[in-house]
Amino acid sequence: MTRRAWLPALAAALVCAAPALAEIAPNDVVFADGAVEASLTGTPGDPVAGAKVMTTNALGNCVACHQIAAMPEVEFPGDIAPALDGAADRYSEAQLRGIVIDAKHTFPDSFMPGMYKTSGFIRPGNGYTGKASEGEPPPILTAEQVEDVVAYLLTLKD
Amino acid sequence: MRRTITTQLAATALGLILAGAAWADPVEDTLVIDTDDGELEIVTKAPAPDHLKDVMDTIWSGWHYREDETRDLQRDDFDNPAMVFADRGLDRWNAEIGANGESCASCHQGPETFKGLRAVMPRVDEKTGKLMIMEDYIQSCVTERMGLEPWKVTGDEMKDMLALISMQSRGEIVNVAIDGPAQPFWEKGKELYYTRFGQLEMACANCHEDNQGMMIRADHLSQGQINGFPTYRLKDAGMVSAQQRFVGCVRDTRAETFAAGSDEFKAIELYVASRGNGLAVEGVSVRH
Repeated sequence: MTRRAWLPALAAALVCAAPALAEIAPNDVVFADGAVEASLTGTPGDPVAGAKVMTTNALGNCVACHQIAAMPEVEFPGDIAPALDGAADRYSEAQLRGIVIDAKHTFPDSFMPGMYKTSGFIRPGNGYTGKASEGEPPPILTAEQVEDVVAYLLTLKD
Repeated sequence: MRRTITTQLAATALGLILAGAAWADPVEDTLVIDTDDGELEIVTKAPAPDHLKDVMDTIWSGWHYREDETRDLQRDDFDNPAMVFADRGLDRWNAEIGANGESCASCHQGPETFKGLRAVMPRVDEKTGKLMIMEDYIQSCVTERMGLEPWKVTGDEMKDMLALISMQSRGEIVNVAIDGPAQPFWEKGKELYYTRFGQLEMACANCHEDNQGMMIRADHLSQGQINGFPTYRLKDAGMVSAQQRFVGCVRDTRAETFAAGSDEFKAIELYVASRGNGLAVEGVSVRH
């Protein structure tokens, strides 16, 4: 391989690898009593983007189950899960992050799906196709989206 | 004038309270169906069968969880959109479609000879020891007696026939056997019912036992009873069999679903049917 050929290849590899280096992968998340201390991205989340993730069906869809008084525009929020008002008063940032990533580390019988989890499933599917997932399914939310949701939750103080 | 306003206010307040109630627990109501043969009251609420006593007191048909307009569609056969499919089932019943010109009628006479069957299905076949859902019986006639290619388990032909046969047991109390030869199948179904499948890690029980009466967004969670199946589902504008609904539910957990008519879903159908022992067969119901 000539020098001219491999330099761009190396550059491309570095560019592709850069985001992954900064992120904690789903299987590498470290829980302590359900809490996750380290930010998944190393960058503070955006609460406005987090609110969007929480109210979008194809993303977090948190309002399918949780009610949030600060989101009166959401029609027909579900009620099978606790209201999120005052969540930031009840839980620390690390605890909230742990619950969003995989609530079963905090509440073993929780109905809540793990939002940043890719393994440990029984018959994981390929999205909503009903077909088998090829390998581990991607997490429901990206690392950045998890941090955005955590940032929004931290605004929910009584 | 003042009285009118007060009355309106009171009515509005009452309306709000009622609306609130409608979105919570199952609605208190009675299903009396206007049929060609007069009125028929359907048991849609009953004490839980013994095997469920430790988790719930009362079993409710999914009819109680639907909106007023949807429930009303089932009060009169003339309004029930599923009746068309039962009628089409009768046409199929009489059609001489077999390889040698057989029809269902040529062996079984009228469909009324199957009165009561729907209420005890699924069941273990005495001769083979296999767990049979209604589709299995229909399929064996289609392939073995009529010499035809198998019908698609969730296809129109099959569902029309399910509708017709189910109608013959309308009003009869569901009473599937869960002991004797049925027991191992029932145990398997129960195990599957409580297994949290898919990326969303949801078991049947998470929605239909732990959270029945609650809302997931605008979906009112019922007990997942199947005494009303096959049902006309407004959302799909068509008939849905229990097997088809199981596929949809498991798929919605982001899981690799089981096939309609698979051993797993047959076992689940037996177990879920047994959770409705005490409710009446609704013939063909309407849900949304």
